[in-house]
Amino acid sequence: METLFACCIGFLTACGVFLMLRGRTFPVVLGLTMLSYAVNLFIFSSGRLTLRGAAVLGTSEQYADPLPQALVLTAIVIGFAMTAFLVILAIRARADLGNDHVDGKLPESEMSKKESR
Amino acid sequence: MTLMWILLLPLLGTLVPLLAAKWNRSACALATALPPAIALMLVLVHTEPVLSGETVRFFLSWIPLLGLDISIRLDGLAYLFSLLILGIGLLIILYARYYLSERDSMPRFYAYLMLFMTAMLGIVLSGNLLQLWMFWELTSISSFLLISFWWHKAEARRGARMALTVTGAGGLALLAAFLLIGQVVGSYDLDVVLASTDVIQQHSWYPILLVLFLLGCFTKSAQFPFHFWLPNAMAAPTPVSAYLHSATMVKAGIFLLARFYPALSGTELWFILVSLTGLTTLLIGAYLALFKHDLKGLLAYSTISHLGLITLLFGMGTDLAAVAGVFHIINHATFKASLFMAAGIIDHESGSRDMRKLNGLWQFMPITATLAMVAAAAMAGVPLLNGFLSKEMFFAETLHQHLLGSLSWVIPVLATVAAIFSVAYSMRFIHDVFFNGQPKGLTKTPHEPPRYMRVPVEVLVALCILVGIFPAYLIGDLLHAASASVLGGTVPEYSLAIWHGFNLPLMMSILALAGGTLIYVNRKHLFDFQNTLPDMDALNSFEGGVKALIARCDQFYQWLDNGSLQRYMVLVLLAFIVLAGMPLLELDTLWGGRDELPIDAVNATGAAMLLIAAFATVVWHRKRVVALLMISVVGLMVSIAFTRFSAPDLALTQLSVEVVTVILLMLALFFLPHKTPKQSEAPRVVRDISIASMVGVLVGSLSYGLMTRPLNSISEFFLANAKTGGGGTNVVNVILVDFRGFDTMGEIAVLGIASLGIFKLLTRIPVFKPSSDGEGRPWATERHSLLLSTVSQSLLPLAVMVSVYIFFRGHNLPGGGFIAGLITAVAIILQYIAQGVDWVKERMNVEYQRVVAVGLLIALFTGVGSWVFGRPFLTSWFDYFDIPLLGTIELASAIAFDLGVYITVVGSTLLILASLGKMTTSHRPVHKDTI
Repeated sequence: METLFACCIGFLTACGVFLMLRGRTFPVVLGLTMLSYAVNLFIFSSGRLTLRGAAVLGTSEQYADPLPQALVLTAIVIGFAMTAFLVILAIRARADLGNDHVDGKLPESEMSKKESR
Repeated sequence: MTLMWILLLPLLGTLVPLLAAKWNRSACALATALPPAIALMLVLVHTEPVLSGETVRFFLSWIPLLGLDISIRLDGLAYLFSLLILGIGLLIILYARYYLSERDSMPRFYAYLMLFMTAMLGIVLSGNLLQLWMFWELTSISSFLLISFWWHKAEARRGARMALTVTGAGGLALLAAFLLIGQVVGSYDLDVVLASTDVIQQHSWYPILLVLFLLGCFTKSAQFPFHFWLPNAMAAPTPVSAYLHSATMVKAGIFLLARFYPALSGTELWFILVSLTGLTTLLIGAYLALFKHDLKGLLAYSTISHLGLITLLFGMGTDLAAVAGVFHIINHATFKASLFMAAGIIDHESGSRDMRKLNGLWQFMPITATLAMVAAAAMAGVPLLNGFLSKEMFFAETLHQHLLGSLSWVIPVLATVAAIFSVAYSMRFIHDVFFNGQPKGLTKTPHEPPRYMRVPVEVLVALCILVGIFPAYLIGDLLHAASASVLGGTVPEYSLAIWHGFNLPLMMSILALAGGTLIYVNRKHLFDFQNTLPDMDALNSFEGGVKALIARCDQFYQWLDNGSLQRYMVLVLLAFIVLAGMPLLELDTLWGGRDELPIDAVNATGAAMLLIAAFATVVWHRKRVVALLMISVVGLMVSIAFTRFSAPDLALTQLSVEVVTVILLMLALFFLPHKTPKQSEAPRVVRDISIASMVGVLVGSLSYGLMTRPLNSISEFFLANAKTGGGGTNVVNVILVDFRGFDTMGEIAVLGIASLGIFKLLTRIPVFKPSSDGEGRPWATERHSLLLSTVSQSLLPLAVMVSVYIFFRGHNLPGGGFIAGLITAVAIILQYIAQGVDWVKERMNVEYQRVVAVGLLIALFTGVGSWVFGRPFLTSWFDYFDIPLLGTIELASAIAFDLGVYITVVGSTLLILASLGKMTTSHRPVHKDTI
């Protein structure tokens, strides 16, 4: 199971990183969201995988590690806040700069294409 | 404590001239002189114990963990230097009173001078390496201020910058050396370091730390090849040159050589580095001094040469050489300071320092001329003056050393050559200035200076003569004590007599005097030869070098920081790959010894869906709405994974956050293009895929390695104490609101700040109205779906009820403030979606930023509340109450904290979404007929 879990984390990370390397803001936001899934799963997995062992006292014999869970719980909420901030920043940047490229300006290759049209 | 005052008085003294600025000049100078005069007396109070070989100490623990203490120790060497610093300092204060003109800000000058004096005293009195270094840097800074005192002159600014760069760079090397010494010895205490000779010298770092240490000393003491800053520092007012650049600051490097002589010297490396540097500096300085037409330039090179001589003495390695070195420090300080002051008087009273113009001044200022001539004779090493004695000792020691094996005879020969030039430039100073015809082209007629301006020179010249005639009587004890602390206790037998009989050193002296005269008489040929050499301007070439360096750095910086975030991302990721990958390469196997759980069908299916959805997101990322749907599937699968692996709280949170995120991104797409244009070229895609795969492989491997290692967690504590200490059975929630409540407090604060930031970003955003979607279809005109609005209205109370339930059970079962807050927020957002902003606003006119503030305040006051009961911040309290009909009920203060969390989450989420949602409404094209 751990192998599969690790593969999923790795794949999510790879997808997230690929999207983060795109030039436009929206895919970057998607990439960051994807990466935060991966990171949350990663931190969560540092408490090791436990089946049927929710950390509610009196419900099972073997409890899952509650500490990473508490960390991830706040991380999810803060991750949302950061995603939201980033998205709004992207909207603002598009409104102010007139394009949605992460560098704030279109790359030269694209500019010349536009002009030749 | 009196030791502490020696340092504190000059420091307080920096304020005195500023406070006394309004008084007349003499009163101001007098007030300034008071603190150092008292400090000098405090030093003299310790004369008896110090001269009898005792070390007086003062210790105050400061930051013991860093090995940094306030430690002052006064031994023979420190005593000698303190006398020089304070004594000559007082003379300089008097001299500067007359030297500075009405236009110069005298209080500012005095303040800098006192600051420098403090720094210098700090160096010599420090008993802690780090403390010593701090004062060392302070001398660089205060000397920068003093050199650039006439800041309106370009050459003063340039000279000051150069001095600061060179000595500052040396200071960094010295810091490195001190840190290494501290590591090797295990203490920064000077006494411990001085007693650890063997530990230091047998350590493998010894060569490195010695070179770094010597770099610090040599830059400060203007040793070749760092000597070039000193002549350019002559742009400073002459009192500064006399004080810093002859008597004190340039001696700081030599002081360190002497201070650490017991710990660092005695090795082959020390001999070679120190003696050869000293010898080279001695020769170059003496030779170049002869050709300087500027009086102060001549003195500057002569200073370089004498500093080289002292360095050479400390590099020879014999005990007697070290004694001679200490002796020459005293002598050089007296005759060179007086010569600088005499040069200042000449400059001041005749308007020029150019020896081609200055001639025959004897007739105009006979007293000053006599004083200068005596001092110059001391510099040349004429018998019956102090310079002669230490030079004799120097010659004697050059004859006794064996530094260069069978070639050791070269050193006394070169020493004699240097002495010949020393005599030649001294003669030039005397003959060219005071005799040799009439002055040419002076702007004013030279005359004697004010009476008291000459006093400092007279005092110092008197010392030159008295020490020269009665050496043993006057400074025998002082020299003995200072030498004892340099050599670590035992001082060899030496005699301070003037007459040692006809021996080789005397022959060398006579040869030097004769040769120097000969060279001076025939100087014309030498000058002609020197003029054929290309002119080297140290200042220009140094600044050129600095400029080139800056340009190179600028180029590199432009290349690195070209403003493209995309590029930075690539660099950061590459750095990650290297840093995270390297340690993994050294690991034999990832598996950490823990057995894996079996894979069942449910998990396999979930994982497959997750992978497919993630892949689909990437493939369709240019069709943004589709990509958004796909990524929400990923989020869903993640929350299912949390459920599966025993984290119900996480699953609930992830699920509700997922809903909010998707709504947010949908709203955002209203303002952003719906499709991403194809822009990446194939090579770039290949590059990005490679980077992404490498990062993925690394993170996956790390995660696998982590999960298969045995668990060693601190959570046992939380599990054991959740019920008894926190009063709840849901351990995750108890951690959030109790054990790690302070973290949660910070996190909701971040949440609140982010939402406020968004609110601010969206106000006054330039109007941007898309009237249709990406494919040109106009927006739907029906405002709100009837079905949705009916359902959502009836759902609201239900949803609020659920969130209340989730909130209250959170302490004992999965749930809690975060989740309940998100559920409430989603329910309210649904109203916005179904009914529109205006409709909601009519019914619920709340400013969400206030809600955020209320939530944060509740959380804060719950925490502060524990102070009332004398407990630490956020200590939670709980008890059980018997309430009729309801039975036993548990009430915990943590509930109040969780309420704060709940309200903050609701407020922040709504602030974010409602602010954005409001804008889509205001920009929506209004079709009157449909209303």
